[in-house]
Amino acid sequence: MIRPDAPVLLEIHNLHATVGDQPILKGVNLTLRAGEIHAVMGRNGSGKSTLSKLLAGHPAYTVTGGTVRYMGEDLLALAPEERARAGVFLGFQYPVEIPGVSNLEFLRVATNARRVAQGADDLDIFAFEDLVRERLKVVQMDPAFLERSVNEGFSGGEKKRNEILQMALLDPLVAILDETDSGLDIDALRIVAAGVNQLATPDNCILLITHYQRLLDEITPDFVHVMAGGRILRSGGKELALELERRGYEWVDEGLESSDLDDGVAPALEVV
Amino acid sequence: MVLRRPWRLSEMVALPFAPVTTPGSASAAWLESVLRVFDSYLPAVGEFAGGLGRSRNAARDDLRRTGLPPSRQEAWRFTSLAPLFAVPPQVLFAPERGLEPDHTPARQALRLYWDGDRDPLAGVDLPDGLSRLETGVQEALLGTVAQAAGTADSWLVRFNAALAGQVLALRVRGPVALPLELVSDCGEGTGVRPLRLLLVLEEDASLELLQVHCAAATSLTTVVVEAQLAPRARLRHGVLAMGTDTSCLLAHLAVSQAPASELDLTTAMGGWGLGRLEPAITQLHGAAATRLRGLQVAGNRQIADLHSRVRFEGPEGQLDQLQKAVVDDAGRSVFHGAVQVPQAAQRTSASQLSRNLLLSDRARVDAIPQLEIVADDVRCTHGATVTRLQQEELFYLRSRGLGADQAARLLLEGFCDEILASLPESASTWEPAAALLGTARTR
Repeated sequence: MIRPDAPVLLEIHNLHATVGDQPILKGVNLTLRAGEIHAVMGRNGSGKSTLSKLLAGHPAYTVTGGTVRYMGEDLLALAPEERARAGVFLGFQYPVEIPGVSNLEFLRVATNARRVAQGADDLDIFAFEDLVRERLKVVQMDPAFLERSVNEGFSGGEKKRNEILQMALLDPLVAILDETDSGLDIDALRIVAAGVNQLATPDNCILLITHYQRLLDEITPDFVHVMAGGRILRSGGKELALELERRGYEWVDEGLESSDLDDGVAPALEVV
Repeated sequence: MVLRRPWRLSEMVALPFAPVTTPGSASAAWLESVLRVFDSYLPAVGEFAGGLGRSRNAARDDLRRTGLPPSRQEAWRFTSLAPLFAVPPQVLFAPERGLEPDHTPARQALRLYWDGDRDPLAGVDLPDGLSRLETGVQEALLGTVAQAAGTADSWLVRFNAALAGQVLALRVRGPVALPLELVSDCGEGTGVRPLRLLLVLEEDASLELLQVHCAAATSLTTVVVEAQLAPRARLRHGVLAMGTDTSCLLAHLAVSQAPASELDLTTAMGGWGLGRLEPAITQLHGAAATRLRGLQVAGNRQIADLHSRVRFEGPEGQLDQLQKAVVDDAGRSVFHGAVQVPQAAQRTSASQLSRNLLLSDRARVDAIPQLEIVADDVRCTHGATVTRLQQEELFYLRSRGLGADQAARLLLEGFCDEILASLPESASTWEPAAALLGTARTR
């Protein structure tokens, strides 16, 4: 939902980042307002996963230039846990398996960390069980998965449902979903997408990172951005994703070659 | 960090004890003082000493002759005995009331207090199937299990034999419905406490036993457990040992298994200045099931040492062993896991895995699998890993709002849980994860 007067939640300006000595992001600009759903598309290695992990505070990436403001504050100054408590959520492309750590307990500790930051009370075990059972419906998840270790032995689809369950519990203002569609069959994709649609509100915004149009058939984006070479080269409405599907990524590469000449300068947005 | 691989034939031969402690050295003086103190204390005991007197004199003479195990002996190469010498050479009686653990016994478990002095069974109604072993049987059996395991000459066994004045000897007949909990708490007491347990499980008997050792001051607990499992007997045995920087634990656990018997032994030890466990299991004719789970935790300058030995004397035996260690600060863990599969033990199936978590640059892990396989038709696997906390796991938890410390703690608890969950249920009242990880001051 596009409302030009909606508050800006996330503002990325000329962001540069490296992993080791390797530059990955080379001037990303992106503004997300409340109520909006954005999709970032691009090939492997275009920098889109880096962007999502960097926003969540992954220690492997070093920001070498630019700014990220979250609700006006400097997001990059915050530790990963502070970002999460403040309402930034990353749905992982590959959710991590943690043997021996109870999924239910993990979800409760995470939920309470966020609640306390919001000024709400800690939920005890019983109150949390009530909450989590209600939220399970968002992704039609079997309560049996609460009793297992975090993601251990979960199928790809179950892991992604568990991610969206966490999103449902943590109530983020900015939700970044990194290739949530990867590894899902069509039924699981529909369920996960329906969950995301339920959780999209006028008060939050969602950044979908994806390769494929098929996720965008289920979750309609307000904006589509195409990344290549560490930059957003094209931005547009949902039609851009369809055009990309039709014309392929070579079409984007043409833009990359010309913009590489002025490395370090953010390319102008081209709205189709 | 030293990580060695198996097949070290040189280690297969037990080295003879050589007298090394020269008279006048600190270790010899300490040992002599301890022996003297117990010399004067032991004659007063006697009542529950069935079978002990026989071996005591020999053990004492032997110790005086050979002294403490030398560090050049393979079995003690990585384990410093120095913390022993700070232990006052005195008998550690039961601490005064008030020092007893304040943990209430788990529901539906029989808790016995074990201090090597008072009779743990005095005034206790034993549940159906559990009875005191007759003195004659006790005398006949004492030492034979360790003998069968080939570990009767282990220094731990001889040291204990020289000091122990009392044996807790139990017979298990049929299934015992009530889990047993044996608690030795040295509390703030200082000195040396020798404990000895003999268990005889008859055919088709089953027992769940949790053995708890606690110490909060400069003390030494020496304990020898012998358990004899008849055909189809089942023993689920947990050892939970929580110490402190100046306390020492030397424990030998010898188990002999007849065919079709099942042993499920889980040990969890942490926080000891010197902690050493020696599980020694013999499948007398093979065809038995042995499951070993172990957790060692060491922080500060603590040592957690587990030397296990599993021997198959016949075909079709099974072993499933998982040993884990968490080591922080300048702590040290030693795992030496011997698996012996002689010619007679065809179709043995044995797996051994050692997984170690290093939390500091000064911490040290020595993991030494030692498979001695002569039989040709066997399935034996082993492996050892040494890792740090995984950055991706930490990041995942932090990205959900957990602080770095809390995330690390949760990962540690998860690592330990795989072992701690195997302890008998009554262990939960002791909050083993918090107790073990707390003592090691893990981050």
